[in-house]
Amino acid sequence: MHVNNSSTEKESLTKRKSALGIRLFFIYLICYAGFVLIGVFQYELLAVQVLGGLNLALAYGIGLIVFAVILGVVYNYYCTKYEDEVEAEQTNEEGGAV
Amino acid sequence: MIYEISYTALIFFFIFVGLVVGLSFYFGRKTSSSSSYYAAGGQIHWGVNGIAFAGDYLSAASFLGICGMIAISGFDGFLYAIGFLGGWIVALFLIAEPFKRLGKYTFTDALNAKFNSRAITLSASVSTLIVSIFYLIPQMVGAGDLVMPLLGMPHWAGVLLVGAIVIVIVASAGMASTTYVQFLKGGLLIVLSVVLTFFILKNGLTLTPDFKGSSSHYTFMELTPQVENDKVIAVSDWDVVVQQNVGNKTFVKLSQNGVERWFDWTQDQSGPLLRETLTVTQQVDGQALYNGEPKENRRFYQVGHMSKIVVNGEEVPQTGPVGPFEFLSTLQESEIVRFMQVKFADGTDQVSLYYQEPTTGEAFMLPGLKYKIGRDANLWSKLDFISLMLALFLGTAALPHILIRYYTVKTPRDARKSTILAIAAIGGFYILTLFMGLGAAVNGVLDVESSNMAAPLLARAFGAVLFSIISAVAFATVLGTVAGLIVASSGAIAHDFIDVYLKKNLSDHRKVQVGKIAAFAVGIFAILLGMAFKGINVSFLVGWAFAIAASANLPAILFLLFWKKTSETGIAASIIVGIVSSLLIILTSPTMWDKYGLDPTNAVHQLENPALISFPLAVLTVYLVSLRYPKRNNVASIENNTAQ
Repeated sequence: MHVNNSSTEKESLTKRKSALGIRLFFIYLICYAGFVLIGVFQYELLAVQVLGGLNLALAYGIGLIVFAVILGVVYNYYCTKYEDEVEAEQTNEEGGAV
Repeated sequence: MIYEISYTALIFFFIFVGLVVGLSFYFGRKTSSSSSYYAAGGQIHWGVNGIAFAGDYLSAASFLGICGMIAISGFDGFLYAIGFLGGWIVALFLIAEPFKRLGKYTFTDALNAKFNSRAITLSASVSTLIVSIFYLIPQMVGAGDLVMPLLGMPHWAGVLLVGAIVIVIVASAGMASTTYVQFLKGGLLIVLSVVLTFFILKNGLTLTPDFKGSSSHYTFMELTPQVENDKVIAVSDWDVVVQQNVGNKTFVKLSQNGVERWFDWTQDQSGPLLRETLTVTQQVDGQALYNGEPKENRRFYQVGHMSKIVVNGEEVPQTGPVGPFEFLSTLQESEIVRFMQVKFADGTDQVSLYYQEPTTGEAFMLPGLKYKIGRDANLWSKLDFISLMLALFLGTAALPHILIRYYTVKTPRDARKSTILAIAAIGGFYILTLFMGLGAAVNGVLDVESSNMAAPLLARAFGAVLFSIISAVAFATVLGTVAGLIVASSGAIAHDFIDVYLKKNLSDHRKVQVGKIAAFAVGIFAILLGMAFKGINVSFLVGWAFAIAASANLPAILFLLFWKKTSETGIAASIIVGIVSSLLIILTSPTMWDKYGLDPTNAVHQLENPALISFPLAVLTVYLVSLRYPKRNNVASIENNTAQ
């Protein structure tokens, strides 16, 4: 019944990816919480003009969206790198058989 | 709003619906086993899946709701875009890959991968069902709104139409069709938004948005009254009928040639001023008058314009084509006229009045017009804001119809690529909603009775063809989302509840059959709810669905993935506590109090969004119950078996 189960993945690899994911999650969480907290405690700050004539609210809001995409790409890059490293190791262990 | 049927839109609509249903029948012929019904056999390309993810996610709430709320309340609508997208970070970084590794079809199966517990099966399938239904309501309400200008139908007919089409799609095919339909629709939605944004920027900002004469921009009347002792006593060419105070506003009813109109009494630099309003008057005989005249006279106008455009400190009548940054910064400097609603009784008539509220661009481009966190804020409104942002952030990863797509790609690597493509597509789209919503706010296209139609009506100003395609895509958006949700909830009933919980050991063929019957039942239920909840704000309702999902599902998932001591009893208890507490807070909220016909200010509490309380409660439950009732010793062996 299980679809394409890939639980054969090395545990060390899983751990590395999961540690990276958690780290990136907390980075984003801090940025997101920062926006909410400024809104609640330092509302006036949101009206300050920052980038290209935009106020902080707009720049921060659009920034959060763009930052999410960037973090996604970073995450994918490192995960793929980790996976390739493990695959290369396995290939070497198996005596170079492809 | 008074709508005419658009035949161009009608043609495109039927072509599109025909395409969708045709596709679903085509793929439906390939559907044989239950695994292909629920998860398309794990055979879908990651790129298709990524855009389909986006298609799933960009539901009526995103396209209709967010654009509409930005058009009416400015930046506060954009809060939803920020939160909805932030939620993908939780989904991608914490949930996506571990879930894929568990290799299960449904949310319930994944939660239960380690335990095989009947309590988890039951509570998780109940949670899937409740979240799906709460997410279905706004989709159906949006569908009803959409068909009014598209097909000239009443609201209930739209709801019925969507329900019927979806039941046919789901009962005939299942997931395969919905993935390709979502892909097509998600892709088209993004392309069309780019086109619409291009037109908005090319058109620029203008005080008279008449689109070079192609649409007639109505300029609202301003009259100078003679005032004595706080009373309007005379207005030239008009007879003064009556004066009415509502809150701190005063409205004056004048009559001319036998037609009665309401005016808003304001102050100008030069003295008292009467500004024309829009009214819908419901008379005792059941007839409705639009601005004092019958519907056919078409005196009820589309609204939303700028009263001042300031470029580099100087007032100008129009800007000409602008760049995206220039568009936003010019709006910030200028002044926008919003329409606010009040309701009152005038003799035996019930009057819904919409008056002009000039709003500085600065206030419009900051949070606070809907969710009070700056001026006029109190503790409740601030807590409510935090609670909303929390629910949006945590809800995405816990939506059952989003999770189901993790299983439709082959490997964790592909699932990850799908998710990132989805984030990029959705993020790009959400930035565009800002332009589409603001564009609708200033181009005189808004319908004061329903904000949900802001984006499609803006498209109509740019031409009938664009309007018809966008309406058709928006309709397909609702269609696809509803189909996905019905598959998820029929899965919860047929697979999780009947097959696994009741241990009926159904044959593959019988399982598909039961799934279809369940889909039919949920579809009928959704139609009824869609009719019942007419008039409630679409994005607001989606916020509730997110809050319930975040409270019921997320603590259970996160603890299961990241805390080894999590027990089956802890998971089941957390799901139940999450559902019950969030539902209780919603059912006792001011909005529901208003629905019950009671005074919202007397509600048990003033919190509109439950997540701030229900999420921590569910986290606490899974932790404490897991400590009190630890895992059974034989779990380790089950764990090994299920891992294969």
